Amino acid sequence: MKKRVLSAMLAASMAVSVLAGCATGTAPAAQGEAASGSSGGEAFKIGGIGPTTGAAAIYGSDVRDAMQIAVDEINADGGINGYQIEYKFEDDEHNAEKAVNAYNTLKDWGMQMLIGTVTSAPCIAVSEKTKEDNMFQLTPSGTAVNCVQYDNAFRLCFSDPNQGSASADYIAGNDSLKGSKIAIIYDSSIEYSTGIHDSFVARASELSLDVVSDTSFTTDSNTDFTVQLQSSKDAGADLLFLPIYYQEASLILQQADSMGYAPVFFGVDGMDGILGVENFDTSLAEGVYLLTPFSATAQDELTVNFVKKFKEMTGHIPNQFGADAYDAVYAVKAVCEAQNVAPSQSVSDICEAMKKGMTEIELGNVLTSPTSITWTAEGEPNKDPRAVIIKNSEYVLAE
Amino acid sequence: MLNFLTYFVNGISLGSIYAIIALGYTMVYGIAKMLNFAHGDVIMIGSYIIYTSMVTWGLDPLLSIVIAAAGCTVLGIVTEKVAYKPLRGAASSLAVLITAIGVSYLLQNLALLIFTANPKSFSSVVSWDGISLAGGELKIQGVTIITIITSLIVLLALQTFIKKTKQGQAMVAVSEDKGAAALMGINVNKTISLTFAIGSGLAAIAGALLCSAYPNLTPYTGAMPGIKAFVAAVLGGIGSIPGAMIGGLLLGIIESLSKRYISTQLSDAIVFSILIIVLLVRPTGLLGKKVQEKV
Repeated sequence: MKKRVLSAMLAASMAVSVLAGCATGTAPAAQGEAASGSSGGEAFKIGGIGPTTGAAAIYGSDVRDAMQIAVDEINADGGINGYQIEYKFEDDEHNAEKAVNAYNTLKDWGMQMLIGTVTSAPCIAVSEKTKEDNMFQLTPSGTAVNCVQYDNAFRLCFSDPNQGSASADYIAGNDSLKGSKIAIIYDSSIEYSTGIHDSFVARASELSLDVVSDTSFTTDSNTDFTVQLQSSKDAGADLLFLPIYYQEASLILQQADSMGYAPVFFGVDGMDGILGVENFDTSLAEGVYLLTPFSATAQDELTVNFVKKFKEMTGHIPNQFGADAYDAVYAVKAVCEAQNVAPSQSVSDICEAMKKGMTEIELGNVLTSPTSITWTAEGEPNKDPRAVIIKNSEYVLAE
Repeated sequence: MLNFLTYFVNGISLGSIYAIIALGYTMVYGIAKMLNFAHGDVIMIGSYIIYTSMVTWGLDPLLSIVIAAAGCTVLGIVTEKVAYKPLRGAASSLAVLITAIGVSYLLQNLALLIFTANPKSFSSVVSWDGISLAGGELKIQGVTIITIITSLIVLLALQTFIKKTKQGQAMVAVSEDKGAAALMGINVNKTISLTFAIGSGLAAIAGALLCSAYPNLTPYTGAMPGIKAFVAAVLGGIGSIPGAMIGGLLLGIIESLSKRYISTQLSDAIVFSILIIVLLVRPTGLLGKKVQEKV
């Protein structure tokens, strides 16, 4: 009797889990269809991949929603070359294997172009597949160098090394910063930080910037920065370049303050978020520069409009990833129009046209650059970074 | 010279934190003969309790530390009863060691669940700025001085407790021979529980000082200082209470000076090679007791 009860319970629980599987399986598809807009006849099928669950979910969900906004705008405006866009986004949980599965799912759906993936490691895995299929791929936010190693792949964001050289260029071109003695503190145990550090140092020596101190730490010893700060202070540095994430940066600001050392702090996109550390004394961050492609507080019409729509849709302010994705959709639109691409062409023909077109266009009026964006054949964007300065606990565009 | 002194003082302030953590390690090892690798994570839990009572409830810093010490003591007794006691005697010491690592991960993941991975900025429990020497060139922070004084007080209190009280003498007896101690009418389990209670209470104080000096609190805050403090305890002679103090200070000074004069990238490698060298050359550490093997 006991056994029978147990097996009945097992059967019931299995049935429930099958149903649950159905529910989670069909929900995104239903969303995708609802999102795809009216497809009377032919339409472009654009896919997106990124983490919408798991630890990196904040990045993927912002990309998904920002792309939706761009697609809706374009469809309402008559589409691309008169064709509507059908759009579908798949979750990869920031996992390379799941990203490849998501890619296959989208291919079965009939995807013609891929905007993705959002994070670097899955992006590298998927780029192997798009290379095989000769499918056009534009990643909004994969920063690792290898994300665009093949000629069918492009990126919208800066690569890691690019941020370093762009920072050096900005410092050299800014009247109040260019004569500074520079100290660097970086994390030698992560690729992101060392990549930016190496290119910054290389570019700085080309521009003959005065780097007086160069010290590091590792993720395992990221609490005590007094020695690094003291070395910078002893070397007479009045600008401290921090190509690191904001958690460590917040500690560096506190420790510098308690030793009475007040240089100009200069960070990159990893610094974005420092004002969000709980219980952090934000007055310490006053005057901190950070180089980031997007500022949600910028006052130009495009940004204001985008932030407003995004907030209505999701309830929060978009991060840089969302802005990258929004620009990526418009980049695809611009190239399709320039090359007269039609959805009836094969995936491979579309890819060839897009590859050619990407290197020829100049994309103006974008969120993630104050001027315009052009692309090299290697897939790297050329754009000007925006420098943001923290004033009264808010990010403000620097002059 | 002044330059050297600054780095030396930085080393002392780092070392005093290692010392106070190492005191907890060495106390538990000396008496219960087990390495409690979860000690660093008890420190982290203690810091979260202080953060919650100070920032969220707005309580007085000292009262918060008392609450945290009570919380950690309960946590220490409970983990000892649930995770370590059933393994004592029957299983090998390796099983207890691995269980301690398991408890460490359990505490980290519980903290991740409750407090999330977002870093919290800790408000210092020490409001004193410290002293300036040599015309403001050499600054010694208040939290450093308080940490050293606290470590010394804890050191003296522990020594007195162990040498002068009945409970302390029972601890010494248990550490020398559990079987004989039981025959003499000492309650071994109760004595070991008391050891854990004291060790965990110390963890709360260490947490308050650690997070005042380095005010960034995440679920992984305790892990690395815990392991470095373990190296300090081995360097000083694990099981020896004054040894933990000396080992901690030495380790902090070595770390700070090697960062400055050798390489920032190599400093952790240097710290951990000290562990290997001590184990090879003088396994009992600086102040450890030599145990004669009887054949």
